Amino acid sequence: MSDSLDAYLVLSGILFAIGSFGFLARRNAISMLMSIELMLNGVNLAIVAFGAFIPELGAQASVIALMVIAVAAAEATVGLAIVIAIYRNKKTPLVDEYDAMRQ
Amino acid sequence: MSAWASLIPALVGLPLAGCLVTAAIGRRLDKSAHWIPVLAILTVWFIASLLAFDVLTGSAPLLEGAADTHGYAVHLFTWIPADRFVVEVGFVIDPLTACLLIVVTTIGLLVHVYSIGYMSQDPGYWRFFAYLNLFMFSMLLLVLADSWLVVFVAWELVGLSSYLLIGFWYRKRSAALAAKKAFIVNRVGDVGFALGIMAIWLNTGALDGVHTLNIRESIEKLLAQGDANPVPLFVTALLVFAGAMGKSAQFPLHVWLPDAMEGPTPVSALIHAATMVNAGVYLVARANPLFAAAPSSLVIVAGIGIFTAILAASIAMTQTDIKRVLAYSTLSQLGYMFAALGVGAFTAAIFHLMTHGFFKGLLFLGSGSVIHAVHEEQDMRRMGGLADKIPTTYRTMLIGSLAIAGIPPLAGFFSKDEILGESFKNGFIWVWAVGFVVAGMTAFYMFRLMGLTFWGEFRGPRNIWDRIHESPSVMTVPLILLAIPTVLMGMALGLPFGSGPIKSWLEPVFHEAEVTLGHGSEGFQLFGIDGGLILASVAVAAVGVAIGWRLFGAELLGLELPARPERVREISARLSVLYRASLNKWWFDDLYHLLFMVIGGRIAYGLWWFDRNVVDGTVNGVGRATVGAGRGLRRVQTGRVQNYALGIAVGLIVMAGSYLILAGR
Repeated sequence: MSDSLDAYLVLSGILFAIGSFGFLARRNAISMLMSIELMLNGVNLAIVAFGAFIPELGAQASVIALMVIAVAAAEATVGLAIVIAIYRNKKTPLVDEYDAMRQ
Repeated sequence: MSAWASLIPALVGLPLAGCLVTAAIGRRLDKSAHWIPVLAILTVWFIASLLAFDVLTGSAPLLEGAADTHGYAVHLFTWIPADRFVVEVGFVIDPLTACLLIVVTTIGLLVHVYSIGYMSQDPGYWRFFAYLNLFMFSMLLLVLADSWLVVFVAWELVGLSSYLLIGFWYRKRSAALAAKKAFIVNRVGDVGFALGIMAIWLNTGALDGVHTLNIRESIEKLLAQGDANPVPLFVTALLVFAGAMGKSAQFPLHVWLPDAMEGPTPVSALIHAATMVNAGVYLVARANPLFAAAPSSLVIVAGIGIFTAILAASIAMTQTDIKRVLAYSTLSQLGYMFAALGVGAFTAAIFHLMTHGFFKGLLFLGSGSVIHAVHEEQDMRRMGGLADKIPTTYRTMLIGSLAIAGIPPLAGFFSKDEILGESFKNGFIWVWAVGFVVAGMTAFYMFRLMGLTFWGEFRGPRNIWDRIHESPSVMTVPLILLAIPTVLMGMALGLPFGSGPIKSWLEPVFHEAEVTLGHGSEGFQLFGIDGGLILASVAVAAVGVAIGWRLFGAELLGLELPARPERVREISARLSVLYRASLNKWWFDDLYHLLFMVIGGRIAYGLWWFDRNVVDGTVNGVGRATVGAGRGLRRVQTGRVQNYALGIAVGLIVMAGSYLILAGR
């Protein structure tokens, strides 16, 4: 465990960047959901790091992190359900073929 | 409301009912379609005569708000009750309306009867009578109404019936065009009239906010307000006069009336000689206090009237179509009436309106009888010598011609002389001088018409000559009945000079205006100026008649003058410019064609181009730009989640980046 807040924030930034890149670049819906989880966890890491290094925040950081984890779980559930529903219709997990809104 | 007054609505109700019933079932009635309309008008005539008699003899009650005007008034209903815009509908019979009622219903009745004979062969028999009743309804509404707005409605209704009847033979192209011309030219005047009514409405409410369109009340209010009126009285009066100019075919809106002769002859007699064209004269007379309060407007009325009189008389001198001669003569006589109104001789104008209605109605019906006799020929160059073949028509038309020429003691002499005398005495010497010349011209062209039609040799085809016969009595009896007032009316109403019954009848209506103008105070001097004027106008009429006889022949009272066509040719060759101007109606039709058809057409075409390319172009351009922009921007909406996410990410980066840059400063 490092003593520097910066190290955590850099790691958090790297995780978020990887997540964003995955979300924007991957065509598979499942990979995109995974990228979202990655971004959320990057942010979570930043929050708990702040909580650990700044005493005034106290337990609030941990509560926010727990909240994010709960919401992320719900989001993953709903997202996966949607992806499966679309997959049954379209027979493909690739999002660039989901173009029904375009017409 | 007295018992008599309750009959007033029937005056307009009966013709309207007659029109509607005939329109509904007329086709099935076929040749008996005339019964309902004729009986309706007969009843109307009877009621109108009783009412007019009561009003003119002063046995009718006094009108409300008037010191010495007897008459009947009846309030019918509130037409438009919209806060301060309230229009009441009511009828008033004052002496002026009573005079008009006599003319309208009597001539209307006789023309209805005459039409039974004249139109008997026409397939549109029932339609004709339905239209005639529609006209009678409109005309009676016009003279009875006590509100400007109702007058305007009636004004348009007579225009409509005139349109329908001019274009009665609508399959004939010239008739359809003439109807359209009459309608459009009238519309020009009507715009002025409508503006005039708006000005009156505006003026009446200017001070206390209480607007009124009642004719008498509004005029009283306008006069009381004087200079406080937002629209000056002079302008208001001229706007009302513009309407009168259209309906009464005064220069420069005179061009429709001669063309209106395309309609059946009874229509020409009733609408375009005796009644509807008088509506303008009636309107100015009705609004006489308004005009008197702005005397300069009366000068314009007089100028336009007397100019129309001499213009039309000069054209009538060379026309060869018998109905057109009479049409121009009508124009000329209407010009006289406006001149009379203009010089402040309101009574003389109405007097001439009445006598002219009868003798011009007679002349037109007579010309219809002539046209019938020579098998629908209207060109006088193919007539001649008809006097012995159609004696009743000949005699009645001779009476009518003498009357319009102003030969004493026939009706036209009294009324025309009163106009000339009054204009001289009221200081309008120029009106008198022109009118004096016109009187001579009138006598000349009427006896040119008589000479070409009735005297000398027949110039038409021989086979027609053998078949010429007098019209049936249903046509000749109205002629005789019209000849009676033509002879007697002047003496009955105009004697003694200057204070005849017509004067005392109309005195209450015009007294105020005459006082305002300061005219008509001096008495009549038979052995002074008035006697001299009478002698002069009789002399000029006699000269006109004599010239007519010399050039176009006469067979009268044992006098037998041959026609001298070679002399006519010689004179017309010597005055060739004048002759051609008169023959071509002073090129007014060509001028209007150039102004409104050619130049106006080009301007309209230019405006159309502007409208299509600039106005429509702007509107369509905006639409096209929107569609194009939409088509271009649609590409942004790919429907792919990742593209949107990229947009969000880029947006976030831009926002965060710019925040950092700005905060870093």
